[in-house]
Amino acid sequence: MMGATGLSVVIIIAVIVIMLVVIIIGGKDTISWKFLTTFPQDGMTKGGIFPALYGTALMVIIMSVAAVPFGAITALYLTEYAKESSWIAKTVQFAVRTLSMVPSIIFGLFGLGFFIKFVGGGIDKIFSGGQLIWAQPNILWASLTMALLTLPVVIVSVEESIRAVPRDLRDASLALGATKWQTIRKVVIPGARSGILTGTILAVSRGAGEVAPILFTGAAYYLATLPHSLSDQFMSLGYHIYIMSTQSVNVDQTLPIQFATTMVLLLLTFTLNFVAVLLRSRLRRAQ
Amino acid sequence: MDTEETTRPLEENSGQPVKEEVGSVQQPGRFVFSNESLKKQMRPSEFFAEKVITGVAFLSIAIIILIFLFVFRETLPIFSGKAVTKTEITPIKQETNGSSGQSRNDNKQEVYGGSEPAAPATKQEVYGATADTTKDTVVSGEAGISSYKEDESGAGNKVTLKGLAGKVWMPVSDRPRYGLLPLIVGTLKITIIAILFAAPLAILAALFSAAFAPRWMREIIKPAIEILAGFPSVVIGFFALIIMATFFQHLFGYETRLNAFVGGVAMALAAIPIIFTVTEDVMTAVPSTYKEASLALGASKWQTAFFVTLPAAAPGIFAAVLLGIGRIFGETMIVLMATGNAALISLSPFDSVRTLSATIGAEMAEVVFGDTHYSVLFLIGTLLFVFTFALNATAEFYVKGRLMTRLQGKT
Repeated sequence: MMGATGLSVVIIIAVIVIMLVVIIIGGKDTISWKFLTTFPQDGMTKGGIFPALYGTALMVIIMSVAAVPFGAITALYLTEYAKESSWIAKTVQFAVRTLSMVPSIIFGLFGLGFFIKFVGGGIDKIFSGGQLIWAQPNILWASLTMALLTLPVVIVSVEESIRAVPRDLRDASLALGATKWQTIRKVVIPGARSGILTGTILAVSRGAGEVAPILFTGAAYYLATLPHSLSDQFMSLGYHIYIMSTQSVNVDQTLPIQFATTMVLLLLTFTLNFVAVLLRSRLRRAQ
Repeated sequence: MDTEETTRPLEENSGQPVKEEVGSVQQPGRFVFSNESLKKQMRPSEFFAEKVITGVAFLSIAIIILIFLFVFRETLPIFSGKAVTKTEITPIKQETNGSSGQSRNDNKQEVYGGSEPAAPATKQEVYGATADTTKDTVVSGEAGISSYKEDESGAGNKVTLKGLAGKVWMPVSDRPRYGLLPLIVGTLKITIIAILFAAPLAILAALFSAAFAPRWMREIIKPAIEILAGFPSVVIGFFALIIMATFFQHLFGYETRLNAFVGGVAMALAAIPIIFTVTEDVMTAVPSTYKEASLALGASKWQTAFFVTLPAAAPGIFAAVLLGIGRIFGETMIVLMATGNAALISLSPFDSVRTLSATIGAEMAEVVFGDTHYSVLFLIGTLLFVFTFALNATAEFYVKGRLMTRLQGKT
């Protein structure tokens, strides 16, 4: 019986290793500096993935700008202002957990129904007289949709780090006559800085890998130019993998590109996760 | 918080309000030293900060409500019967590989429910599933014929509840039909297959990590399995599509390359980390007195693990499995890529399936805004949202209610 439990661990880890090895073997010959910095060519059968990398980077930046402040402030509320047993705090916490459970495709639907149709449609009606500018998929709506998805990641991470700020520091600050807000600004937030960073990195890693929310809120199959305004569509790594492996003209021919793109995405998310884990363990050791 | 209580008396004792925030001390009338006025004294910056922070915190509640409202709002045309009548068949862009010639043909011939209802089987033909077209066609053909009469009422442009309960999902045709049954069957099939793989593996692995593994080993196992959670689902989907599908086909020799089994196993990979992590946490939370008592009575290590730790952690494991199911239910990319996406009703694990989430993912990009098909896809979204919400709430309250009283109340 004990063997069965050990075997399960071995099976799971073996599958992880096989996945990593297969993807690395499949992609290692294609990856090069040129692959990362050139546009796809010949109907996406040759060339690189630069626009996908660029689009992903741009999206996660806009996403972070939206998600991190809101996430950090929510975490501040939960740790500093809310009474832990109050129903408001409990409701907020339940909402955060629910948000982290909502299927990613639902965020996509929400982005379509709310951002594109409702907000975008409203903006177009008022400012551009019915001309279609914002009421269609673009990088802004995709990033905001993704921000909703990654909000819980930021909240949980920042909350943890704020709770780790020693009570003594707070008490000392208050005893010296600082107000609550001053204490938060000068003591709590600096103490939680690494947690905010960890949360941001984890959110970026999650956002870079998710595809379902951007399927119909902004990701494009192929674009000849990079997005240069918030109302442009964009290419993304994850969407590139999906589209290349299911709908490209010649799947076998582009297989190396698919593997290489997958490898780039994996490397990206793993590096980010690794940095986040390092930061977090340093934070824990510091206490 | 009690911080306010600690600041107030200090201020009163010193007899002078602390000077801070240049902007806030401008009104001369505010420096009257009585308890009454000190109580009322409200620093604008403090007040402002607290209100803003509280307001932002409510955002997450608002988002949940908004998500439900807006996803549900788009389904309303179905119920009010105001959905735009479809005038033309939405062009199908999504077929490009070798079989596209044949698929396109099938799509054009699309005669409702008659001898060639091939649309669901061929519409989303993905890489490698080419050889199966014929078989899928036959199967869905049977389904189409058998349900033809029942579907009559729901077959028109207006969607009725009866139509939604129909057995044929064929949104892109002259007489679109929106029977959700094949999608629900597909989702359940995937969920069952995935949970059959994921739950035992993850729970046993968690048991090993919590009960048997020495400390150093646990510190390797936990992060190693959590690496799996870091895999973007599109990567797992890609792996399933390119590698696993071929491997399993060689292993079992079935016909359809992309099927529920492949999708289910790939989905298990996505569910394992969440089940493992929650289960492991719960098992480590089982009080050591339980285990010590069992060991002291002469039970062996594995007897203790299986008959003491495992039962004590049962509610938590149940919650973990629920969370895993929620994850599987909502996962889109893996099923979209690895299951073949044919909306069939069959019980064989080796047939292609189409799940609720994959249907949204595959079809939403091509629908006309506001038509019936669009609304039905949002209806599917509402179903998914409500279901995962219910699962999450159940898991949460079950854990809170049962587990905590069991582990904390009685110790």
